[in-house]
Amino acid sequence: MQVVVLVKQVADTAARIKLADGKQDIDRQSASLIVNPYDEMAVEEALRIKEKHGATVCVVTLGEAKAEEALRTALAMGADEAARVTAPASDPLTVAKALAQAVRELGADIVIAGRSAADDEQGQVGAMVATELGWPHVTEVTKLELSGDAGVAEREVEGGVEVLDFSLPVVVTAQEGLNTPRYASLPGIMKAKRKEIRQIAVDGAALGQPVLETRSLELPPARAQGKILSGLEPAAAAKELVRILHEEAKLI
Amino acid sequence: MILAVLEQSDGSLKKISAELAAAARRAQALLGADGVALLLIGADPAAVDAAMALDCDLCLTVQGEAFATYAAEAWAAAVVQAAKEVSAPLVLLGSTSFGRDLAPRVAGIMQAGLLADLGDLTVEDGRLVAERSVYSGKVIAKVASLSDVTVATVRPNAFSPAGAGTSPSQRRELEVAVDPATVHCRVREVRRQAATRPELTEASVVVAGGRGLKDPENFHLVEELADLLGAAVGTTRATVDAGWRPHSEQIGQTGKNIAPALYINVGISGAVQHISGVLGSRTIVSINRDAEAPIFKISDYGLVGDALEILPHLIDEVRRLG
Repeated sequence: MQVVVLVKQVADTAARIKLADGKQDIDRQSASLIVNPYDEMAVEEALRIKEKHGATVCVVTLGEAKAEEALRTALAMGADEAARVTAPASDPLTVAKALAQAVRELGADIVIAGRSAADDEQGQVGAMVATELGWPHVTEVTKLELSGDAGVAEREVEGGVEVLDFSLPVVVTAQEGLNTPRYASLPGIMKAKRKEIRQIAVDGAALGQPVLETRSLELPPARAQGKILSGLEPAAAAKELVRILHEEAKLI
Repeated sequence: MILAVLEQSDGSLKKISAELAAAARRAQALLGADGVALLLIGADPAAVDAAMALDCDLCLTVQGEAFATYAAEAWAAAVVQAAKEVSAPLVLLGSTSFGRDLAPRVAGIMQAGLLADLGDLTVEDGRLVAERSVYSGKVIAKVASLSDVTVATVRPNAFSPAGAGTSPSQRRELEVAVDPATVHCRVREVRRQAATRPELTEASVVVAGGRGLKDPENFHLVEELADLLGAAVGTTRATVDAGWRPHSEQIGQTGKNIAPALYINVGISGAVQHISGVLGSRTIVSINRDAEAPIFKISDYGLVGDALEILPHLIDEVRRLG
């Protein structure tokens, strides 16, 4: 079985985010770059499939040379192969088309991605890759079982859990709860450094025009300073808070 | 017409459906479209009646064996056909587990821009533009759709639900042919959790507790306050990771985004990933013993004190309101 995992290098949103001049992008020089956390879950799930069913795990990213760091991290976790896609893709649809082209070249029975990227939080690419390939998809998966050329996935929905049957090939996207990603081992890290990363170039003509455009980025306006009560006894504090919410804010 | 894809379960419309109808009316005015069409796929007659009663011009229904349970491939085909039927410039879905699964497939088929998770819509030089919160709420991105047809997912609680229509809406049954051989994935069953409280993303009041409650046993205080207020119960990643609470209650980047009228949190310091999930709340009330806790920076009202000491008094005071 061939498993392709789509990973993205993103700015760590727990660190400080600065905007670049022109406000079209964040300042990537000062950002701390990590593997998108959901994509780490995708890698982990692929490794579990490999351990259980036997598979080759290939991690794929789209981006500049620096993004190969994300591939090295996934290789160190235990992925077998890696490929970096270069394409003039800018929005989720063109990115999905470029990645679908890479999947066609690499061959896959299952493609696993994160449910969304921690930077632009679009949550579109996984299902769009499936649509482009003519495959089924299941997003936000919290449980995955494969047997032969079919499988069962679970996803959390409002007020319950949805259980889906699917046949391979399929694209699934990983949601929190699917697994806990392993840490890379030291031998894994050493081995990952020497692995060759395949380069796949996708021509712009194959992607068509982008359908989304980021016009500008802004830092959000600071929220007005709220009313903070301190130094009150618990009973008095509770009473005052309920009075404010009831009489002033009329919220309860 | 603006097309809104409604959601229903067991014969009743979900709350997001009336919000989508309202969003569609607003979009109609913005785009100068000639009406609002609501689409129901595989719905019970009672849900169709409820949709017909909403403020809309046309109610499209799709029935048949292919639509007995959710299957993205079949449902996307139905949405695309409906969008063509009414020449929709804009297709709206909820930013719900359903809409987030279906919308990118619809957009992919139609080669349409998908404005995801929006709270409002504007038009700038003829293009639909949405402001989106990205980078865990640290940045606001202004995103424009460049395609002739745009698909959008609308955040729950972002629009006030549509009321009843003033004139009767039309109903049209749409025949959508789906070859079963082209459907490779389908919902087998939905395991419902006994719902005694409103759903987190739909609730107008949310009460959440964090690690400051010190022990999972103490969560009964959060539940008690929530039940007095008719609120949903939420929590943080830290308590979920510690096994105190289920992931379905997790608010924040790796959980759910909420947008209630009132968000009360207790013993939550406010990690970036939690804050990003609550910024849509209209009023935020925080109780935390640490006056320097980041949560107070985004709070409209804050109370510095021990959650476990304050909660029982808070419950008493709310109960006294009747």
